[in-house]
Amino acid sequence: MSSDFLPRLTMEATVPADEVTPPPSAPLIETKHLELFYGQHRALKGIDLAILEKRVTALIGPSGCGKSTYLRCFNRMNDLIDGCRVVGECRIGGEDIYDPKVDVIELRKRVGMVFQKSNPFPKSIFENIAYGLRLHGQKTKPEIEAVVEKSLRDAALWDEVKDRLNQSALGLSGGQQQRLCIARAIAIRPEIILMDEPASALDPLATTKIEELILGLKRDFTIVIVTHNMQQATRISDFTAFFYLGELIEYDLTSRIFTNPAKKQTEDYVTGRFG
Amino acid sequence: MGIHRSHRVRPLEWLAEQLIRLLSLTAILVVFLIFLFVGRESLPIVLGQMNSAAPQTVIPVEQFDSLPSERIRAYLGLSAKEFQSLNQETLKALLEIRVEAALEGSTNRDAGLNTTEWRYLLKPYQWSDYERPVYIWQPVSEVPKYNLVPLLVGSLKTTLAALFFSVPIALGAALYVSQLASPSAKELIKPAIELLSAIPSVVLGSFAMLVLATALQALTGSQFRLNALLAGIALGMASIPVIFSLAEDALTSVPVAYTQAALALGASRWRAAWQIVLPAAIPGVFAAVVLGFGRCIGETMVVLLASGNASILSGSFLDPCRTLTATIAAELGEPVVGSHHYRMLFLLGTLLFTVTFLTNVVGDLVMHRLKSGLEGRK
Repeated sequence: MSSDFLPRLTMEATVPADEVTPPPSAPLIETKHLELFYGQHRALKGIDLAILEKRVTALIGPSGCGKSTYLRCFNRMNDLIDGCRVVGECRIGGEDIYDPKVDVIELRKRVGMVFQKSNPFPKSIFENIAYGLRLHGQKTKPEIEAVVEKSLRDAALWDEVKDRLNQSALGLSGGQQQRLCIARAIAIRPEIILMDEPASALDPLATTKIEELILGLKRDFTIVIVTHNMQQATRISDFTAFFYLGELIEYDLTSRIFTNPAKKQTEDYVTGRFG
Repeated sequence: MGIHRSHRVRPLEWLAEQLIRLLSLTAILVVFLIFLFVGRESLPIVLGQMNSAAPQTVIPVEQFDSLPSERIRAYLGLSAKEFQSLNQETLKALLEIRVEAALEGSTNRDAGLNTTEWRYLLKPYQWSDYERPVYIWQPVSEVPKYNLVPLLVGSLKTTLAALFFSVPIALGAALYVSQLASPSAKELIKPAIELLSAIPSVVLGSFAMLVLATALQALTGSQFRLNALLAGIALGMASIPVIFSLAEDALTSVPVAYTQAALALGASRWRAAWQIVLPAAIPGVFAAVVLGFGRCIGETMVVLLASGNASILSGSFLDPCRTLTATIAAELGEPVVGSHHYRMLFLLGTLLFTVTFLTNVVGDLVMHRLKSGLEGRK
């Protein structure tokens, strides 16, 4: 693998000693000159990026810069939009996911997603999580019950809902709903979890809980998160990619993007001068 | 001017608001008045004030001159004004008719029965010349027979057959159009189905009677060309657009976020539609079916043409049947205003009203329960 898609810091020598950096790991998601068109409009203009395994990578940038669109390339949710076309390469674990032979259902089992607005199904809390398990062939009740409990524990929701698993998920608070959506995503054990501004509709307390959760989850999952909140990016992410007008401007260690960015545009954005 | 506003501040808005309120109340008022009218016309039967029995005592024509005119007037059931306007010859002729009727009636042991009593309306009765007790509607007969059960069963039978036919088709189409179809397919199918509702029911009924009946008879080998099943299928065609439109609205209004969540979990579009969107839209879909039921039970022309109109009680869908609506439509032009037959037809109307009203009330209750179940309210 050529190293130019990787952030600078993965080369050990360039990492300053005082920075707390995770040890390097292999890139799990790689895109090479990825372009995306909505009809005639070119929304992504040749993105080269490598996302590392079991790290949190934040995608930042002003609205309409293409960061959410980019995120949705990884589980092919863009396929659902009429007139949307992807050119270039997008590999997950070395496999080109836009190969016609790829089973989208299998892909989405490997790449989970949490949306901006919490969207639990209008079913019971238990059924919300069991649904994904049944989709992927788990049938026996004790098996499902065990996974539901584990997922809710991992999402730090178990203690709050264990007595009302059979009540509707829509009766939960916004923050609880979002954690339920995370539990639902991790229940089917994906490798990657995509998060599209998961805390933007939540109050600060609920946001803190989600952030703590994300930090805990990165032991087991590779997380790519889109966020508008700079502080959030610094608090939870290891790497940050800055997008502007469909282009990747800079990709580096989060600490470096926010303290010593290489590009003027990045500096202007993270210091709040535009965007 | 202070912050307190009165309607004087914006007189036009106030006027418009009052006008709209008046119009909406008018709609309710009209329905209420119709019910009042229908109910009032059928009230004498409900209260048991009508009597269809032939008179027990007969006044011979020879006694016309010897009896007081007041007695004659009461016997003939005429008002004072009507009595004044008739000459002696006419009155005698009327008496003659009564005598003849009494002579004929004497051969029938049922002539003295008041068949408008509730037990004759609801329970089977063994009429003279019948081998066993029957439920039968036979209003134009020496002894009018007004059993309501075959008509009610006929209405429910055709409606049931119609829903059995139309609900799967309409819901399938709604699910397809709202969730699975490409925009171009959607643009084609949706107006096409909605165009079905523009077909006049008399055309639909004739089509069923002339074309569909033959095909159906060949298919089922039924003894009768026109039967409850045929009427049901034709009725189903009339109700498909109603159920489709409402169900499609309900399915489309399910937040796209649910579908996205299911797809992101690895569901196919079909499974997301069937397992997530349909359950989420159940209250609206249920309302669509209830409305379809109302459309079916209230439809007249289709059943009048296609059901065979035999007022017999039968559990088979391949037997002809007669509905409440078809009976009213076919017979209301005949009876004398105020006669028991006339009032009986209004009783059918009241019955129809009651069935529809109850269905809507129960449907509404069920819908609210489904809705609160979905939303996590207890």
